[in-house]
Amino acid sequence: MESAAIKKDIIQQLQKEIISMQGHKAMVAGNRFESGLGVIENSFPNSVFPTGAVHEFLSDVQENAVASNAFISALLGRLAQENGTCLWIGNKRTIFPPALKLFGLQPNKIVFIDLKKEKDVLWAVEEALKCASLSAVVGELSNLTFMESRRLQLAVEESHVTGFIHRYNPKNIENLACVSRWKIKTLPSIQVKGLPGVNRPCWNVELLKVRNGTPGSWQVEWSNTCLKQVVAKPTMLPKIKILKAV
Amino acid sequence: MNTDKRYMAIWFRHLLTDRLVRREPELGNIPFVLAAPERGRVMIKAANPHARSIGIDLGMVVADCRAIYPNLEVRNYEPEEAEILLTGFAEWCIRYTPVTAIDLPDGLIIDISGCTHLWGGERAYLKEIVMKLRNHGYDVRAAIADTVGSAWAVSRFGQISPIIKHAEQSIMLALLPPTALRLESNVLERMEKLGFQQIKDFMDMPRSVLRRRFGKMLLQRLDQALGIENETVQPIKIAPVYQERLPSLEPIKNLKGIEIALHRLLETLCLRFLKEGKGLKKGLFICHRIDGNVQHIEIGTNRASRNATHLFKLFELDICNIEPDLGIELFVLEAPVVEDLSTAQEAIWKTSGGKDDRELAELLDRITSKVGMDAIHRYLPDEHHWPERSIKLATTLGEEPSTAWRKDISRPLHLLPRPEAIEVMVQLPDYPPIQFSYKGELHKVKKADGPERIEREWWLENGGHRDYYCLESEKGARYWIFREGHYESGLAKWYLHGFFA
Repeated sequence: MESAAIKKDIIQQLQKEIISMQGHKAMVAGNRFESGLGVIENSFPNSVFPTGAVHEFLSDVQENAVASNAFISALLGRLAQENGTCLWIGNKRTIFPPALKLFGLQPNKIVFIDLKKEKDVLWAVEEALKCASLSAVVGELSNLTFMESRRLQLAVEESHVTGFIHRYNPKNIENLACVSRWKIKTLPSIQVKGLPGVNRPCWNVELLKVRNGTPGSWQVEWSNTCLKQVVAKPTMLPKIKILKAV
Repeated sequence: MNTDKRYMAIWFRHLLTDRLVRREPELGNIPFVLAAPERGRVMIKAANPHARSIGIDLGMVVADCRAIYPNLEVRNYEPEEAEILLTGFAEWCIRYTPVTAIDLPDGLIIDISGCTHLWGGERAYLKEIVMKLRNHGYDVRAAIADTVGSAWAVSRFGQISPIIKHAEQSIMLALLPPTALRLESNVLERMEKLGFQQIKDFMDMPRSVLRRRFGKMLLQRLDQALGIENETVQPIKIAPVYQERLPSLEPIKNLKGIEIALHRLLETLCLRFLKEGKGLKKGLFICHRIDGNVQHIEIGTNRASRNATHLFKLFELDICNIEPDLGIELFVLEAPVVEDLSTAQEAIWKTSGGKDDRELAELLDRITSKVGMDAIHRYLPDEHHWPERSIKLATTLGEEPSTAWRKDISRPLHLLPRPEAIEVMVQLPDYPPIQFSYKGELHKVKKADGPERIEREWWLENGGHRDYYCLESEKGARYWIFREGHYESGLAKWYLHGFFA
């Protein structure tokens, strides 16, 4: 019995080591990043939202792109905290700064970089990710290849800046070196008794891929400071069981 | 007529070939030319004295000349070389007079009024300049006269004396050929046909006759040379030197002293930059020791800067490399490379000095040097209700909002740069739409908020107010839509302005 427990311990230790070698900073207790994502956090290794890594968001229409940007802004709000600065790089920016306050992000903490060409966006995102004094970088790119994403991931491994790549209407979807892939859609808001009209934003958050974690999808509502789940059971995709040959 | 001006014309008889001979002395013994392709043929642009003596001259085709002299050395002619050389000479002549000008293709015109007495007279002045240039390897001829035209003429064609006394230019000019007047080739041809060998042949002809025959230019040149008409030169401008010096009575040996000197020099220099709207891109801090040795440190910046603290920090990294030894008696701070720097550009990089700020400023520095200053925007709240005006651009990285961002009103996360027209189905008079169609797609509205009336600021622009509604479609997408105008007046139009999350 004891040897089994010791083995389990050793295995857990090894897993943690592997994860940290793959680029996840080991979270010291007390230094945890509070992402406000609620139950979604459990999908990540060690149940911590990985900072210092590049996350990918896919969106197809403008209505869903807004939801992705809102989700990103919420995370930015947590990452920037008191004195941090974030960079938002894109080429056809439509973000309206006053609305960022609703997602907990002070709009004056963001420096927007509006470029004309998309390849400039990629270059700027890479340069920005190398700058360790930024809290986060958001890049609005449509197309990203595996090689490019790997360069971005290498950049953040040095600087520990969190990167978000928002791909609006991408032409090809291939496997990328990002640490997670999200797809967020809008959902009808939940009617609150006594409050007619449009209520708090609701989204269908799908975590399609996550490194060393479990993908899943959740239906959530944004309430001022954090995401709250609306549907009782999250639908986590079942772990793939490897069948033994008999 | 300007009675107190004296001009000196310097003529470099073989400017470009002399230059080449200076670099490659062996060429001085053989005939060689500088040629460049022109209209499909390679034409000679400059020939050295040896070449001239065997009959090879400007304007001839190289192939023809090779027939005369098969082993002719031909080098490449660079069109800007003459100008660059002459500018260099003109700058050198500044020590003799402040007003120097280049006279393409092979001369200089300098205004020497009031300068010559310092060298002991015009003769000595001319002799010194000519001797110095000749010692340098350039074959020059110079002349001094009352006017630019006559100085030019005498330097090229004068045979008797290089110095034309005051008001004697007409006598001098009379003996010179018409080419001395800087006329066009067709005029000169005609003169030759008519047999005018010297200027005196036509100098006294009635002006109307001359104008009719040869054009206005002849009269103008004649008047300029004689001094009846004023001719001025376009002097060269030398780059101002940004340099500050700080001598010290006692030789400075310690680090603190050097730092204080650097601080003081930086302050003075940056003040000068501020006044002239410039910034430093390369800086040089030179220390002259009492034993004659010179120590220096150099800095360079990505963007021009006139922030004394920032520049001091850059120098600080190398300051320990300065060895004062017995002591430094003179500190010099120079800015070999400066650039225009407006106050707006400078302000955005003002940092509180923290390491993070500097890294960020450097990153933005790199980005702007690639894509320009307009790419970077940072917004602060502005006190306007009108959505497009509720934000303003921040000028510096550190500027804080003066008013708080409004949290009570809901604004869409995405705002279209221009509101786009939509078709709606709505219940009058001011209910929110039941459905609307945008870009060919029909959206059925399930929930709606509004109207929120935002009045236009009449003191800023004309137009009607807007009634904004927040609509949620069946799929859960949320839109910000407004109606401009009222149905009663018959001018109601609906637009989509933004998307909520």
